[in-house]
Amino acid sequence: MELSRRDALAALAASSVAVGGGAVLTTDVEEGALDGTPFGGGASSGDDERASGDGEADPLAEDRLATLLAVADVVYPSGVSGVEEFVRTYALGRTADRPEHREGMVDALAALDEHARSWHDAAFRDLDAETRESVLDQMAVDATNPDPEGADPERVRFYVVNELLYALYTSPTGGELVGLENPQGHPGGADSYRRGPRE
Amino acid sequence: MSGETNRVPSERADVCVIGAGPAGALAAHRLANRGHDVVVLEAGERFDFEDRERRMERAIRPGHDPLSVWEMGGPRDAYSSAGERFYPLNRARVKGVGGTTLHWQGMVMRLHESDFESWPIDYDDLRPYYAEAERALGVAGADDNPFAPPREEPYPLPGFEPSHSDSIFAAACEQLGVTTHSVPNARNSESYDGRGPCVGYGTCKPVCPSGAKYSADHHVVKAEEEGARVIDRVPVQRLAHDDAGERVTAAVYAAPDGTTHRQEAREFVLAAGGVEIPRLLLLSKSEEFPDGLANASGAVGRYFMDHLFAGAGGTLDRRTRQNHVGFITSESHQFYDDPARATEGTAGGIPAWDDAPADPAAVKLEFLNYAGPSPVEMALSGDEWGDDLLDTLREGYGNSIAMGGLVEQRPRKENRVELDPSTTDDHGNPVPKVHWRVDDRTAASIRRANEIQRAVLDELGADVSWTVGPEATGPAFHHMGTTRMGTDPAESVVNAQLRAHDLRNLAVASSSAFVTGGAMNPTLTIAALALKASEHVDERL
Ligand SMILES: Cc1cc2nc3c(=O)[nH]c(=O)nc-3n(C[C@H](O)[C@H](O)[C@H](O)COP(=O)(O)OP(=O)(O)OC[C@H]3O[C@@H](n4cnc5c(N)ncnc54)[C@H](O)[C@@H]3O)c2cc1C
Ligand code: SF4
Repeated sequence: MELSRRDALAALAASSVAVGGGAVLTTDVEEGALDGTPFGGGASSGDDERASGDGEADPLAEDRLATLLAVADVVYPSGVSGVEEFVRTYALGRTADRPEHREGMVDALAALDEHARSWHDAAFRDLDAETRESVLDQMAVDATNPDPEGADPERVRFYVVNELLYALYTSPTGGELVGLENPQGHPGGADSYRRGPRE
Repeated sequence: MSGETNRVPSERADVCVIGAGPAGALAAHRLANRGHDVVVLEAGERFDFEDRERRMERAIRPGHDPLSVWEMGGPRDAYSSAGERFYPLNRARVKGVGGTTLHWQGMVMRLHESDFESWPIDYDDLRPYYAEAERALGVAGADDNPFAPPREEPYPLPGFEPSHSDSIFAAACEQLGVTTHSVPNARNSESYDGRGPCVGYGTCKPVCPSGAKYSADHHVVKAEEEGARVIDRVPVQRLAHDDAGERVTAAVYAAPDGTTHRQEAREFVLAAGGVEIPRLLLLSKSEEFPDGLANASGAVGRYFMDHLFAGAGGTLDRRTRQNHVGFITSESHQFYDDPARATEGTAGGIPAWDDAPADPAAVKLEFLNYAGPSPVEMALSGDEWGDDLLDTLREGYGNSIAMGGLVEQRPRKENRVELDPSTTDDHGNPVPKVHWRVDDRTAASIRRANEIQRAVLDELGADVSWTVGPEATGPAFHHMGTTRMGTDPAESVVNAQLRAHDLRNLAVASSSAFVTGGAMNPTLTIAALALKASEHVDERL
């Protein structure tokens, strides 16, 4: 099933980001829109206090996005496509005006990389699919309770894995995968609850 | 953050309203509209509407204390529970502009005529106020409920149509002679009063991000537009009275900067909810009122009642389409006035109740639209991902079915809210201590609800996997009875005008004035009483 930009915007609307009506649906990601997110230049990346919106590119930004996509590869079902644009749009929208969330995410991605390096001598995004999964397993991220203030696995679960799963399963496409076109958290109208199953 | 930061008292106020939930908001709006100077003192904060989606995310995603969705808990909200049953008080209320309706589900029914038997007013007295309350809250409803009390006009908004899952239930209920019908919802089926229609977030309880579900912050704004002044984060500590002990003179409140102030007014409206109202009266004891203000009867805090939940659910071998919306669209009130009755349908029926000694009290049956977990909640708390997770979600979602219900709890003196001097809040005041137990009659009512639920689920061929009966039951978070209404000042706290017997300018707008609670969710009746109380305040001014 194909994830679309529309899904990402729907998932954003279901979170904390004010997506201004229809306008955003038709606009492409604007130049500089990644600024102030963990995935763009401009404001602080959270790693350091360099920042101050001078538009200076953060060299780590694309790496972080690549790490997030590498995790999506593991935690998203294999049948979905269009993940890159979905995750990119979602992740940047989510963090643009939420400094705390941004820092939490940057920090959790760094923790994940640290574990990858200590076990496999490489950044998480550079590992093959199987090894990526094994890193998450070794950290016990699957069995751990998400906690934004917890230890590394708990934060990776909260800020990375659950962030991605929340985006997917509150989007219409994510809902469809499970058989529910108007998933909880998505404002999909007040009609779908009346319809019977499609045979 | 909106709202005023000046928290010094108004120099001149006609009315001081304490609490900005639906009761306080409606009273403030009505009295300001009549041209009175109104000041509302609210203990909690004014939440930013823009934050609602963020709060919804908090509610859906594990990793947060659920109480943090509306910033409950902590020393401000400390309480003790001393009864046979633990009472989870902070899950049952929200402090802030809008009160507990920020979190509520929003189903709103009138009590039945029979419910008023031991009240000093009857259904007809309240009927015009019910109609007004329905207009204020923007109730969507249909006229298809044969058990509902008489009404004079259609609901202000068309009702929500039944869900797919309701249609599954309807067929089985018909076979058993159980009548199903629509549910009045304080939720926009179309735009109303400046709020948009429901868009199906499916998270009504605890957060509606769109504002389609009514919450009382709406009437707080309307009251302000009529000239009322609303001060947030100012918990009232006690009420002061004159030397004669006849009139309340001031509400003494604490501001966040540590200062204490006195708001004087000609009339006072207590709208702080069914637990904080008796607490505040007990905290306001004086030489004239050694057992607490307005408590010559000794009934303040007594007769605490809630509705009890009864339910059962499981799975069917077909798709039931749950979790699209977070509200209910069908119920049966057939067992409300006569819970012991039998029914007869096209293929069997519900047997009459014959489980002596206790007779069941009122039972209200609900057909849920959110049975079983939602996929996103399963995904976020599961221990798999990728294709394995998707398989689990597909297996876990889709076939659930469930019924809920509320049963009546009759008033009992020993169920009560009192002060707990051994524990104090952030201002050094004794916290409320809730004594609460489920008596035999209430337990019988729960068993009766279970019996009917079980029969319907069996008729459907459901594989029943859970039942909430008398052991597992919990409160529906409706705090009633703690300043009961009555004609005899020796037995009750407020009179038929909702005014304290003992004080000439103290009105109570709350379910605390209920004499009995029936089995209907209380807030429409609270709203109607608030409007009635305001009418009498207006007459006195
Ligand atoms: C989960 C849940 C679901 C519910 N669903 C339904 C439903 O479907 N239908 C229904 O009818 N009801 C429902 N209710 C109940 C409903 O929310 C309440 O009946 C209603 O909000 C009560 O209104 P109120 O104005 O009396 O009190 P509240 O809404 O509780 O407001 C009281 C206000 O007073 C303030 N206050 C308290 N003490 C002080 C003080 N000392 N000084 C100043 N301010 C003070 C509080 O901060 C609060 O804001 C539900 C409740 C919960 C918890
Ligand atoms: S389903 Fe509930 S939360 Fe969603 S818009 Fe409707 S009323 Fe609000």
